[in-house]
Amino acid sequence: MAEDKLSRVNRRSITKLMIAVVCMFGFAYALAPLYYAVCEALGIGGRTNSVPIVEVPEGMQKDEDRSVLVQFVTRSAQGMPWDFEPMERSVRVHPGEIKAVNFRVRNRTGEDMVGQAIPSLVPGQAAPHFKKTQCFCFDQQPLVAEGEEVMPMIFYLDPAIPRSVTTITLSYTLYDITERARAGEVAARQAP
Amino acid sequence: MADHHEHHAPTGWRRWLLSTNHKDIGSLYLWFSFAMFLVGGLLAMVIRAELMYPGMQVVDPDFFNQMTTTHGLIMVFGAVMPAFVGLANWMIPLMIGAPDMALPRMNNWSFWILPFAFAILIGSVLMSAFGPGNPPAPNFGWTFYAPLSTTYGPASTDFFILSVHLMGISSIMGAINVIVTVMNMRAPGMTMMKMPLFVWTWLITAFLLIAVMPVLAGAVTMMLTDRHFGTSFFDAAGGGDPVLFQHIFWFFGHPEVYIMILPAFGVVSAIIPTFARKPLFGYASMVYATASIALLSFVVWAHHMFTVGMPLAGMLFFMYMTMLISVPTGVKVFNWVATMWRGSLTFELPMKWAIAFVILFTIGGLSGLMLSITPVDFQYHDSYFVVAHFHYVLVSGAVFSMFAAVYYWLPKWTGVMYDKFWGEVHFWSSLISVNLLFFPMHFVGLAGMPRRYADYALQFADYNWWITIGAFWFGISQLFLLWVLIKACFLKKGEKATDEVWEGADGLEWTVPSPAPFHTFDTPPVVK
Repeated sequence: MAEDKLSRVNRRSITKLMIAVVCMFGFAYALAPLYYAVCEALGIGGRTNSVPIVEVPEGMQKDEDRSVLVQFVTRSAQGMPWDFEPMERSVRVHPGEIKAVNFRVRNRTGEDMVGQAIPSLVPGQAAPHFKKTQCFCFDQQPLVAEGEEVMPMIFYLDPAIPRSVTTITLSYTLYDITERARAGEVAARQAP
Repeated sequence: MADHHEHHAPTGWRRWLLSTNHKDIGSLYLWFSFAMFLVGGLLAMVIRAELMYPGMQVVDPDFFNQMTTTHGLIMVFGAVMPAFVGLANWMIPLMIGAPDMALPRMNNWSFWILPFAFAILIGSVLMSAFGPGNPPAPNFGWTFYAPLSTTYGPASTDFFILSVHLMGISSIMGAINVIVTVMNMRAPGMTMMKMPLFVWTWLITAFLLIAVMPVLAGAVTMMLTDRHFGTSFFDAAGGGDPVLFQHIFWFFGHPEVYIMILPAFGVVSAIIPTFARKPLFGYASMVYATASIALLSFVVWAHHMFTVGMPLAGMLFFMYMTMLISVPTGVKVFNWVATMWRGSLTFELPMKWAIAFVILFTIGGLSGLMLSITPVDFQYHDSYFVVAHFHYVLVSGAVFSMFAAVYYWLPKWTGVMYDKFWGEVHFWSSLISVNLLFFPMHFVGLAGMPRRYADYALQFADYNWWITIGAFWFGISQLFLLWVLIKACFLKKGEKATDEVWEGADGLEWTVPSPAPFHTFDTPPVVK
């Protein structure tokens, strides 16, 4: 085989392989949205709805035959100096019943801060049936120095929730996002 | 064999630094990986010294974590992977009748990146060990799970990220080189299904590298931007998810374990037929089995993370797919045994290592099958049973196959036979100590000893004492190999090797003189 013919063939192979490398690098990034899409589609990962449900399905019936115990667990992430607790540790609800619960937060520091609560729910198969119409976790929670606040959360259980689910534990972890929120404000102000 | 190329060969340090010769670059890779094997082994000795007795004696727990982390990284990326790349450099052109690798300058670059990558990684360990007050070296385990490596990662994590990027670039370039060489530079008449199995396994390995090393690069880049540039891929506070990290990591990580073992299959498939004096049993099935293992490796990653909380369907899928891998692997083991069946067996050192590989790798494979069973994995997860499993497949698997390869091809590389006495000592000493080292780990693991801790409950004390004895013994045994190599490579002492070297050997590499001259196959051989 002539030298230059070989190098032409080689160059073509290298180009193809480099394209594969770049695609696989992109694929690693594509895995992130893919992961959330799969979790959302299969209702796994304990993720509850991240935007409020604005309309309760018409003709939703309260299922008086059964009830589910919903427990609340709260935690402040490491380095988050806020007190954070549910005002009721647990409630018993019928599927289809709309329920409101409250959480109390207190900023223990002498500085204005912004927090963000992240929910997680077990068992995972109950997550798609746990519908929040209002939740503090949909927004950031700014709190002035030494400030205290009661944060509401309103939810219902979709009557289609499997009968095997008798207890649901909803956990919230509160993170300090003061820095990030401040950076976001600056960006917002710069925008036209 | 004086030929017109000889006057091109540079001498001194320029020969090595500027080398574009596949044999010289192969030797650089092999020596580099052996050096890393000794460094990684030294770190393992620190781990085992601390674990010899319960309680804290030698190092503090944070330093212990740095040892487990860097031991894993150095052994995987510094010892096993470069060793096989070195072997590919040396042997693939000789096996397919090509004058050199297709891309010699890239070959040079892909090797010379490595010493810098490891200087950065090892530098962070040295700074931590000898500079009081310095931040610790990476201490989050070789799997660098977020948030340990993001939110809680020490400052040296950024060194680690750069180092992994460099290793990745090196591996990708090496893989491209192998694929281009094998695809375009085979001697006339060398069809794909006539290629030696070592070339086949490396070709498939190279495709795996192309597919997953960029994913690893993506993972560490996400870590970097999470740490410093305000993204939240793995940070729940910003809407990310640490479990996503595990998915991305193991999407790379599982094919990675086959990257480390497929070339080993190729080596053993070359050695066993030679000393059984029979052609390899089931050549085509070997090729298909290798390809099946490679394809399956992309759909089993979540078996590393059964305990994160997956839906039942997911666990079943990953369990069945994982179990399925044992079918092509079983085909391979069956073929090796069938090759030996009624062969005229002799037990020269390469054959001894190869047989030890087949037996011990199968033990590791069986414990892997146990780990694939989801409900059982819940108990075994993160225990010493896992440590026993992957050391059986990687040490008495991949590393033993490297030893087999070194003893098998050393006479071709150096022109002299290895020192048989010290070679035998190396073999028997390693064989006994490796089992003393890793077998009891199955027991302590099943009894509940977790991995990655600097201390353990008292009831594990006796086993751990024996494991540490095995570890030091195995470590010292490798110095015998160092002597064998020095004697053959530098002192050139030993029985002169013939061109064929082994009576039953088959393949183009045995048609060139021993030692293999600087340039071979300037005119391609014709394969019938």
